[in-house]
Amino acid sequence: MKAAIVLFPGSNREGDAARAIRRATGQDPTIVWHADRELPAGTDLVVLPGGFSYGDYLRCGAIAARAGIMDAVRKHAANGGLVLGICNGFQILVESGLLPGVLMRNANLRFICRMQHLRVEKNDTAFTRNYGPHQIIKVAIAHGEGNYVADATTIERLEGDGRVAFRYCDSNGNVDARANPNGSTNSIAGIYSDRFNVLGLMPHPENLIDPLVGGIDGSPMFESLAAISRAA
Amino acid sequence: MKARVTVTLKTGVLDPQGKAIEGALRSLGVDGVASVRQGKIFEIELDAVDRNKADQALNAACEKLLANTVVENYRIEIL
Repeated sequence: MKAAIVLFPGSNREGDAARAIRRATGQDPTIVWHADRELPAGTDLVVLPGGFSYGDYLRCGAIAARAGIMDAVRKHAANGGLVLGICNGFQILVESGLLPGVLMRNANLRFICRMQHLRVEKNDTAFTRNYGPHQIIKVAIAHGEGNYVADATTIERLEGDGRVAFRYCDSNGNVDARANPNGSTNSIAGIYSDRFNVLGLMPHPENLIDPLVGGIDGSPMFESLAAISRAA
Repeated sequence: MKARVTVTLKTGVLDPQGKAIEGALRSLGVDGVASVRQGKIFEIELDAVDRNKADQALNAACEKLLANTVVENYRIEIL
């Protein structure tokens, strides 16, 4: 499994993503600089990590989405390669056009940093095979702009095609306004591309891979990815 | 040549920042404010002397970067 993590000025979760990948695959991911034009040959998975690329100037992820490396990421995705965008990485994916919609300011205007339950909506993708059907997981969220918005047609298409990856819920799996931290449409926490090879999500599974720091509900994502690549 | 680009949220897109400002104006006792929507203004200096070229460059700037046309509109003024 060859993973590459793109480092933008202001990324700050690349170390966490690298640790999660190393733990699941036994291999070190390559850190790729944003101004590079090419991904390392044979890359299976590209990770756009969390952080505050370019200081969130203009719009979150807007400037990073136009970085030199993004053409290579687009090409990788078009060829069916896997792309995982976490938090700021998700914002970069929507700004780059690799995923539809936009992430607006949280409805309550606050930066939210806490643990949050999610419902795994689909467990048959390269990212989620090691989760159970509709498994409820507990992971960290830390964002100010995670309020997922798209026009009604896009939402209908995402829902109709089963492209919602995760929804915010309470500990019993109830999806409702009270369990929705940021006002996201339909409590959407993450979505897939139409071919399910690009995943963007606001929560941080890469931070929940070690019992020492509060849980391991993020591990199955990286174990799923490790298994898929070995099979390929 | 100088230009001003104004980027605003499309109608119907929730603007929590505008709402917060609206509430603050009300609590300050500023009367008659029906609603507030927050946007951005870019003041841009261009090398171009030709108006058409300037317009082209500004449109490209808006479409490629300054506005996210999923939720935002833009208006270009050449000053």
